[in-house]
Amino acid sequence: MLRETPFHPRTAALMEGQAWRRWAGYVVASAYELSHEREYHAIRSSAALFDVSPLYKYLVRGRDAARLLDRIVTRDVLASKVSQVLYTPWCDARGKVIDDGTVSRLDETTFRMTAADPNIRWLHLNATGLDVTIEDVSERTAALSLQGPNARAILELACGQPLTELKYFRLTTGKIRGAPVTISRTGYTGDLGYEVWIDAAHALAAWDALVEVGTGYGITPAGMLALDLARNEAGLLLIEVDYISAHHAQIDAQTSTPFELSLGWTVALDKERFIGQDALEREHARGPVWRFVGIEVDWDSLERLYADVGLPPKLPTTAWRASVPLYVGGLQVGYATSGCWSPLLKRYIALAHLEARYGEPGTAVEMEVTVEHRRRRAAATVRPLPFFNPERKRA
Amino acid sequence: MTREVIVIGGGVNGLVTAAYLAKAGIPVQVLEARGTPGGLAGTEEVMPGFRSDVAGLDAGWLLPDIADHLKLGAAGLELVVPEASVFSPQPDGRALTLWTDPTRTAEEIARFSAEDARRWPAFTAQLARFARVLEAVYAVTPPRIPDARGRDFATLLGLGRRLRGLGRREMVEFLRVAAMSVAEWLDDWFATDALKGAVGAGGVTRILQGPRSAGTAFVLLHHHVGRPAGAVRSAQLVKGGLGALARALTDVAKGFGAEIRTSAPVREIVVRDGRTIGVALETGEHIAARRVVSSADPRRTMCGLVPAAHLDPEFVRAINNIRYRGAVATVHLALGELPHFTSRPADGALRAAITVAPSLDYLERAYDDAKYGGVSRQPFLEARIPTLLDPSLAPPRQHLMTVQVQYAPYHLRGGVWDAAARERLADSVVASLGNYAPNLHTSVLARHVVTPKDLEERFGLTEGHPYHGEMTLDQIVFMRPVAGWARYRTPIKGLFLCGAGTHPGGGLAGAPGRNAAHELLLKEGRR
Amino acid sequence: MAQTWDAIIIGGGHNGLVTAAYLARAGRRVLVLERRYRVGGAAVSEEIYPGFKFSVFSYVVSLLRPEIIRDLDLPRHGLEILPLESTVTPMDNGDYLAVWGDPDKTRREIYRHSPRDAEAMVEFGRLMHHMAQAVKPILGMIPPDPTSLSPRDLLGLLKLGRHFRSLGPEHVHALYKLMTMSSADYLDEWYETDVLKATKSASGIIGTFLGPRSPGTAYVLLHHYMGEIDGSFRAWGFAKGGTGAISESIAGAARRFGVEIRTDAPVTRVLLKRGRAMGVVLENGEELRARTVVSSLDPHRTFLELVGEPELPEDFVSDIRRYKFRGSSGKVNLALDELPNFTCMPGVGPHLRGAISVSPSVDYLERAYDDAKYGEFSRHPYMDVIIPSMIDPHMAPPGKHVMSIFVQYAPYNITGGWTDAKREAFGDTVVDTLARYAPNLKQAILHRQVITPADIERITGLTEGNIFQGELALHQLFFLRPAPRWAKYRTPIRRLYQCGSGTHPGGGIMGASGRLAALRILGDGR
Repeated sequence: MLRETPFHPRTAALMEGQAWRRWAGYVVASAYELSHEREYHAIRSSAALFDVSPLYKYLVRGRDAARLLDRIVTRDVLASKVSQVLYTPWCDARGKVIDDGTVSRLDETTFRMTAADPNIRWLHLNATGLDVTIEDVSERTAALSLQGPNARAILELACGQPLTELKYFRLTTGKIRGAPVTISRTGYTGDLGYEVWIDAAHALAAWDALVEVGTGYGITPAGMLALDLARNEAGLLLIEVDYISAHHAQIDAQTSTPFELSLGWTVALDKERFIGQDALEREHARGPVWRFVGIEVDWDSLERLYADVGLPPKLPTTAWRASVPLYVGGLQVGYATSGCWSPLLKRYIALAHLEARYGEPGTAVEMEVTVEHRRRRAAATVRPLPFFNPERKRA
Repeated sequence: MTREVIVIGGGVNGLVTAAYLAKAGIPVQVLEARGTPGGLAGTEEVMPGFRSDVAGLDAGWLLPDIADHLKLGAAGLELVVPEASVFSPQPDGRALTLWTDPTRTAEEIARFSAEDARRWPAFTAQLARFARVLEAVYAVTPPRIPDARGRDFATLLGLGRRLRGLGRREMVEFLRVAAMSVAEWLDDWFATDALKGAVGAGGVTRILQGPRSAGTAFVLLHHHVGRPAGAVRSAQLVKGGLGALARALTDVAKGFGAEIRTSAPVREIVVRDGRTIGVALETGEHIAARRVVSSADPRRTMCGLVPAAHLDPEFVRAINNIRYRGAVATVHLALGELPHFTSRPADGALRAAITVAPSLDYLERAYDDAKYGGVSRQPFLEARIPTLLDPSLAPPRQHLMTVQVQYAPYHLRGGVWDAAARERLADSVVASLGNYAPNLHTSVLARHVVTPKDLEERFGLTEGHPYHGEMTLDQIVFMRPVAGWARYRTPIKGLFLCGAGTHPGGGLAGAPGRNAAHELLLKEGRR
Repeated sequence: MAQTWDAIIIGGGHNGLVTAAYLARAGRRVLVLERRYRVGGAAVSEEIYPGFKFSVFSYVVSLLRPEIIRDLDLPRHGLEILPLESTVTPMDNGDYLAVWGDPDKTRREIYRHSPRDAEAMVEFGRLMHHMAQAVKPILGMIPPDPTSLSPRDLLGLLKLGRHFRSLGPEHVHALYKLMTMSSADYLDEWYETDVLKATKSASGIIGTFLGPRSPGTAYVLLHHYMGEIDGSFRAWGFAKGGTGAISESIAGAARRFGVEIRTDAPVTRVLLKRGRAMGVVLENGEELRARTVVSSLDPHRTFLELVGEPELPEDFVSDIRRYKFRGSSGKVNLALDELPNFTCMPGVGPHLRGAISVSPSVDYLERAYDDAKYGEFSRHPYMDVIIPSMIDPHMAPPGKHVMSIFVQYAPYNITGGWTDAKREAFGDTVVDTLARYAPNLKQAILHRQVITPADIERITGLTEGNIFQGELALHQLFFLRPAPRWAKYRTPIRRLYQCGSGTHPGGGIMGASGRLAALRILGDGR
C-alpha cells in the first residue's frame, strides 16, 4: 500500500474521480474535480490549497549545521540570516546537480532542508567530523501550500497575525488552532503564496481552519495537475523531468550543472569550500554548454500546421513531460522537457535545454509537434523565464 | 619563507622519500612527531634492561637497490639474513625447519614426506619466478587502468613482456595463483600439514583472512619480493635492531642536505583553493611549503590532517572504506634463559621465526575466532629471539623474545583491549609456546604487550595496521590506497603520499617512499 | 553401416539441448544422448509424490539468455517465466526484512531498518546495473587467451581492452573490487543493516564452497544480478511447470529443428582414432559415429571418464584434476497439506509468492560455512525457500502446496560420507530450522524429499554434486574455465567440444555456454 499523507481524510473526501497519483511513496490528488481547470484558476485568481507533505524534510542541528549545509549546497548558507529561506541546488564533486530544494534557517544552529529525493545518506556522508545531528522529519512534518492572490488574507485570518511584513523567501512562526506552525513565503507556483509546516498530529485541524476561513475567499483544494501548469508558467524545474539527478543518471550526458540549468544565480563561487566548487569555477570561466530556457510556440505557425490537414490547432489540456526536439536550421540544438498551454497567458509554452549559443531570448527556433500522427516543426521563440511573474509574488 | 618540500613523518618511507629528494638537490624538511625519527622502526627499552623493536616488526624487506642508491651500507647499515627462516615445532614433538638453502630444507622435509621434499625445489623456483614478476610491478608507479595514457603504455608493455617472459604455461599459472587461496595453492603442491602450515602462515601475514580465503596466495608472493631465490619465508634482520636502519637513513638523508625536525607533530595540512600551501603544527606554528608529502597512512592524512571541506565526499568515502583491521599484537617476553625446545632444534634454527602454525586448519581456526571479533584461542605465533643476534639488547645471559600474535583484532567484539585482555593474551602466548619449550613457563621474567590499539595510539597507525591497510587483492597496485589515486598524488594539488598505504605497500621497507620520490621528481622535471 | 551424424551431443541438460538446437537450426543432423529416462539434467520437474510436482534440483531462473529464448522461439514450445518479486527474511527477534517488487514499497521497508540503507540501496542498484552491463558483453564473448599470440586472441584481447576503456575508470575499478572482495566486505561499504547485508550476501555464496567473508564471493553476487527478465536486472523468475518446463521447451525447439533425442542412452566412452573423436560408445556396446562430438557433461566426466587420461596431454590432465567442484548445497522438497504460517508475517500474503530467505545475519551465514569447512553440514543452514504452487497452481493438487528449499551448506565431502541416516538428519535440520520461523510447517508435511550433493551426483551425474559444474571461483572463470588454453569449447581432442556449465561463462540456467559452444562449432565449419 502506498502511504497516505496526514491530510488524507480530508483530501479523500473531496475526491470526485479517484484521480490519485504517486509521489515519493504517498498517494496525492492529481485533481479533486473531474477537470483540473477550476483548481488551476484558483492559483491565479483566488487561492489554491495543496497538500505537499510528501516532500522530504530534514532537520539539521548543531554547532556545525550551517557549515555542513554550506558545504553541500551552492548558495551561501553561512551568510544567511535567521528566518531566511534559500532556494538552492546541490551538486556532486563534478558540479552536477543532485537535487534542488530549500534551506530554511530556523535559528542560528537549526535548519530545515526540503528535498525532492531522499538525501539523508548524502547529508551523513558529508558530515564526517562535524558537530551536527541530522534528523529525517519527513513523516512527522505535514506541509500545506497556499498559493494565490488571496493566500495572505486567508492565512492571516487562520493564524490571527499580520503577514504583511513577511517578505518573499522569509519565514515566521505562528499558531493555527493553537498548534505551532512555521509559515514560509515560498511555493511552486510563482505567485503570492505560503507554505505551512506543521506537526502531523495537528495537520487536520490546520486544514479545517484554512478551509473554514478561506471559503469566503475562494480557497480551493487543488491537485498536481493544476500545480504542474503553474510551475511551467513560473519556469520552475522538476527533478527527473527537467533534469536527472547526478545520483540517478545512467550516463554522464544525462547530468546537468546549475549553470546549464540557468541556476547560475544560486552558485556562490566565492564562498567557502563547497562540493563541486572547482568544477563549477572552471565551467563558469569557460561558460556553460547548455542553458535552460523558456520556449514559446508561435501560434500562427501551429495553426498553419493543423490547417494543412484541415484541423483547428489541438492544444494539450494538461502539462506534458516528455523530450521534444528543438531545431535551428534543420539541426537539433536542444530539447524541451516540460510544456503546456498556459490558460492564463494563452500561449503554448515549454521549458527546454538549448545549446548555450541559441539560448538568448528572442532566438528563433523550431519545436517538433505531432500533427495527426506526423511529425512537424512549429516556429517558436526563446523566452526569458519565468513566463508569468506577477508583482504580488514579492510585494 | 616557503619551503620546497615537507615530508610528514620520519618513518622508513618518509626518510627514504626525503633522502631521494635531497639527493636530487631538492630542499626538504622532515617533520617527525616523536622524539626520534624511525616511526615503527624504533628500538626502545620495552622492559627495564630489555630493548626491542616495539612493534616487533621486521620493517619488511629492504630492496637492494634502495640500499645501493642511498649507500646505506656506508652509513653503517648491516643486514643479516639468518640461515634458518622458519622453525616450526609440531604437536607430535618433531619440528620442521625451513632453511634459506633449498637443498637443506628438502632434506628436512624428507623426514615428513619424501614426495613433498622432491617437489620443494620446484615450488621454491616457481615462488621466486612469480615474486620477480611482482618485483617488476612494484618498481614502478602503477599505470592508470583502464584509462592508460602517456608513459602508462610503456609501463604496461614492460610488465606484459615480463609476464610473457614466464612462458605460456607459467603465465597462466601466475594469474591463476594470484587469485587463489594459499591453502589451495599449497594443496596443489604438498601433502604435509606441518609444511603447509609453516609456509601458509606467510599467506595470512597481517590480514584478517584465513589461509582458505582467495587472494592469500598473493600475500605469500608479496612477502617474497626481492628475497633470494630458493628461500621461503626468509627474513632480513637489521643488526642493532630496526632503530639502526632509521639511524642510517637519517644520516644519509641529512648527508644529502635534508633537514629532520623531531617532536614536531603536524596538526593540519593547510589547503587553499585546492592546493596545499604548507602545514600547521600542533603548537600552532605554520610552515609554508610548495609541496607536502605525507608518510602517514591515507586515512590519517586525508581524513585527519586535510580539512574535510576540501575533498570530494566520494573520495572520503573511498578512503574510509580502506580496510585496515589491524590483526596482530606483539608480546615481548623477558627471559631468564633461552627456551629449550623439546624437538631439539639444529644449530642456528632458533634464529629463525619460531612459528606456531602446525597446519592450515590450525591457521584457519585461529582466523575463525577473529572473524567474529574474538582473539584466537589458539593463535598463530611467530617468535624471534633478537638477543641471539645482538646480546646487548638484554642484560648478560638473559634473553628477549618478541612474539607476533595473530589474530588479535583491533575491533574486539563485546570487549576492549584492557589490562585483563592483555594479560590473557600474554598467558595464551606463554602457554602455547610452553607446549613446545616447557622451561618457558618458569623463565619469563616480565612481559610487555603491544596491541593494535596501542599501535594506533602511539604511532598514529589507523586501526593499528603497520602496513597502512591490508595487502589484499582489492587494495594493491592501481587500487592502493584507493582507485584512481594510486600514483602518489591526491586530489589536493601539491600533496603527495609516500607511506606504506601506497603502492607497493607494507612489508617492503622504503619501496613506497622511493616510488613516491621518483614520481615527485618526474613532476619536477628532475628525472 | 550405421549412419554418421553431423554431431552427437552427450547429455540432454539445458546446455546440451541448446547446443543441439543451434546446430540443427544451422542445418546439422544432430543426435542428443541422455543417460536418464528424460531430458533436463538438473533442470527437471518430476512428480515425486502423487499430484505434487517438484523442480527437483534447480528451481528458479533469471539468467536464461533472452537471445536464446528469441532464437529458439521457446515460448512457442511452452516456456513461460513468471515473476518472483519479493524476498522476505525472517529475523530472530520476530521482525522481518522484505524486498518487494515495487521500489517505493521496498524503500519504505528498508527505511524502517535504516534510512541510510534505503538510499544506499538505490545507488547500489544503479552500480550493480552498470556492473551487469559491463560484464554482459564478456559473458557473450568467447574468452580470448591472454597467453596466446594468435591474431584471433590478440583481436579478442584488444576488443576486451577497448570495452574496459569505454567503461571508464570508475566502473572498471568497481568491477575489479567485485572480482576480488568478499561479499560481506563489499556490502559493508554500502550498508549498515546486518540482515540486509546477510540477505544480499547470500546470493554471493550460492553454489560456492565459500562464506560471505571469503574474497571472491562479491563476484558471485554480481553473477546473480545479471539475470534479466524483460530487461530488468536481478528479477528472479519461476518457470511455469517448474524448471523441467525450460528443458522441455528447449527440447521441443530442438526437435522442431530436426534434432533426434534418445533417452536411456548412457554414453560410456568417446570413440577416438588418432587423437580425433569419431563418435561414442553406449553402455549397451552400441557405437554411434559422428563428425563432431560435443559433451555437455562436466570436465571431469568428459575428460577423465569418457576420454581417458592416456589420450590427453599431461598438463591438461593435471589442470582438469585440480579443477574444483566441491558441491556445497542440498535441496529439500516438501509436499504440504497447508501453507506455512510465518510468525513474522502471519497468514497468507504476497510474501508467499516470493522467496523466503533464511539469512538472519552475516555471522549466521559465516557460521553455517564454518561447519561445512570442517566437513559437517550446517547446523543452522542458509535456505532459500519458495512455494512454486503459489505461483503456478498446477504444481500441486488444489489447496495443497509444494515447497522448494535450497540449502547450504551440505558439503559433498562430509566427514564419514553421506549415508541414509545422515541424509535424514540433514532433512530434519532443515525442517527444524525453518519451523522456527513457521511453526506449523512440521504438521503440514505430507512428503519430504531430501537431496544431498551425493544424490545430485548420483542422479544427474554432476561431479561432487556441484550445481554449476565447477565452483565459480575467480581462478576458474573466463579464460581459465575449465582449463587454461581450453576455455574456448574446444578440447585437446580434435572434433570433441565441450558445451556445459563447466565452460565460460558457466553456472545457472543460462544456456550461454551451450550457445557459445554451438557458435564456435559452426565457426569452425563443423
